[in-house]
Amino acid sequence: MSKNFQLERETSSLSSFPNSKSFFSKLKSWLLPYAFLSPTLVVVTLFFFIPLVMVFILSFTNLDMTNFGILKWWQPANWTLDNYVKIFTNRFFPRILNNTLMYVSMTLIFFNVGMALVIALITTNINRRVGFAFRLIWLMCRLTPVVVYIMMWKALAGPAPMGVLNKHILGPLGIGGGEFLLNTNPWVFVILANGFIGASFGMIIFSSAIEAIPKDYMIASKVDGASTWQTIRYITIPMIKWPLLFVTTYQTLSLLTSFEQILLLTNGGPGLYETEVWSLTAYHRAFSSYFGNTQWGYGSAWAVILVIIGIIMAIIYLRVFKFNELIQEPKIDQL
Amino acid sequence: MVLNKFRLNFKSILVYLALLTFSMPIFLAFLWLIITTFSTRTEGLESLGWTLSNWSFLWKSPFGPKFQSIWFVTLNTFLLATVMTTIVVFVSSMSAYALSRMKFAGRKGFLSATLILHAFPSVTLLIPIYFVLRWITKIPIIGQGFPLIGGFGFNTIGGVALVMVAFQLPFGIWIMKGFFDNISWDMERSALIDGASRFQVWWKILMPNIKPGIAALSIFAFISGWNAYIIPFTFTVGRAGKSTVLSVYLQNFMSESVMTEWNMVAAVGLFQLIPVLIFFFFTQEALLNIYGGGAKGGA
Repeated sequence: MSKNFQLERETSSLSSFPNSKSFFSKLKSWLLPYAFLSPTLVVVTLFFFIPLVMVFILSFTNLDMTNFGILKWWQPANWTLDNYVKIFTNRFFPRILNNTLMYVSMTLIFFNVGMALVIALITTNINRRVGFAFRLIWLMCRLTPVVVYIMMWKALAGPAPMGVLNKHILGPLGIGGGEFLLNTNPWVFVILANGFIGASFGMIIFSSAIEAIPKDYMIASKVDGASTWQTIRYITIPMIKWPLLFVTTYQTLSLLTSFEQILLLTNGGPGLYETEVWSLTAYHRAFSSYFGNTQWGYGSAWAVILVIIGIIMAIIYLRVFKFNELIQEPKIDQL
Repeated sequence: MVLNKFRLNFKSILVYLALLTFSMPIFLAFLWLIITTFSTRTEGLESLGWTLSNWSFLWKSPFGPKFQSIWFVTLNTFLLATVMTTIVVFVSSMSAYALSRMKFAGRKGFLSATLILHAFPSVTLLIPIYFVLRWITKIPIIGQGFPLIGGFGFNTIGGVALVMVAFQLPFGIWIMKGFFDNISWDMERSALIDGASRFQVWWKILMPNIKPGIAALSIFAFISGWNAYIIPFTFTVGRAGKSTVLSVYLQNFMSESVMTEWNMVAAVGLFQLIPVLIFFFFTQEALLNIYGGGAKGGA
């Protein structure tokens, strides 16, 4: 407290004219942060805010390919709750919800946070060059064009003579009958394919955060006779709490809205809605219905619910991780 | 002592073994990819006949002479990724500076809102973004008559780049804020006392000091621009549109009426991957430093 006070006094005594600011210079310094933020505000308004309002409105209409340009979707007279009723009475609604929960939680726990943390911990504790090479290898999944990446997973999962896993690993071990693994275990591959991309994000953030921890802490714990596990549990993990919050939150939201990989890998199959997740449903309804009729209004309704779920999740995370305490006020404001 | 040393080695061997096991699918997958691009057919990792014909797209267009050559598409992709990266770095570092260094109403709200922005699924915002881009197209010069990138409207490289910038911003702002937070403010304070404006401080003092951050963000933004698929695919039309970027160009192989030549798709995919890998080789160090913040997010 007293230290802060002293600091403030120091700051104000350093500036030559703290109290003689004119109205305009006060106005200027009040507006300055917003000037710095203005490019972001413009882009966000154009491509997030306006589209969000429009999606929200569209979700109350039955806009589709057949009445596009005819339906006056901006008129309240055309708004109904039909789309939402349709979603909640959908026979597959529980299944899609269940799929989404399973997909997000499994991929997040095992890969985007779990595997990312394991790889980061291992690669920061072994030979620097080797650790580096492994991190690059994991990053390759993210770098590969998604179409080719999914092609590779299909090749791994392929049926007996063609599939890599069946021919070289499962076959010699005598496991399974050489079926197409995507048909027998679709979920394993959905989670693996997404997880290997997702893990690289957390891996990079965690490993650079771990390397940023002052070495003194590690040495001190070694001197005190802590085991590797104790060092990780009591020093490393608490020190990277902030990146853990960021990655968990960011990746939950990423997973909730990601669908490209599943679209290309199983397209929601192999059974009826077996691997169909929420965002994929939104995409299917909005862009590729079975009858070639794209129901933009209905798809928007699915998306709106997803946005709401995402926002609620984000707020819960921010509360759990005590976001407000982590964000401190900036020290210098004005001079 | 000897036993202890042995145990240490045994432990580290176990660790390496675990790492190798976890990474196995990646090795297998990329090995398969490389073998496939040089084969007529494969069975697992076994080639049933070696060939170079999958790489013929490098010297002649696989869809006839009317289509753009792969090199033109590559150049286009490069342009899109560069434009997008430049905008992302500038816009997010400006915002991150304000969020890290200034006190203003709505700071906390803005910071959490940035994270929440990421919750908006790009899929379904695509329909309304189409309307917005069409509207920008109508603005003179900015909309369409821009040299090189064509403008910022519908069916232009600038327009596609701008939409992708929007989806990159939450990530960019958070990462850059971490780097700004880490710089001590003494340097900045002395510049301010000497009469520099906040803008000068940002550009001349802080930006040169967060070069690792800029490098890291640039690399990530560049990669997502280079691999962009859904957004360029949606917001470009016609034959010119089909050759905007490499990922969309890949799609040409699958939408033709003839059977898809998967081996050639793999070759084009590998071709798209190679520049990124080379680029990576030279920027390794920057990648390690993507996260600049310490245990806490404030400063």
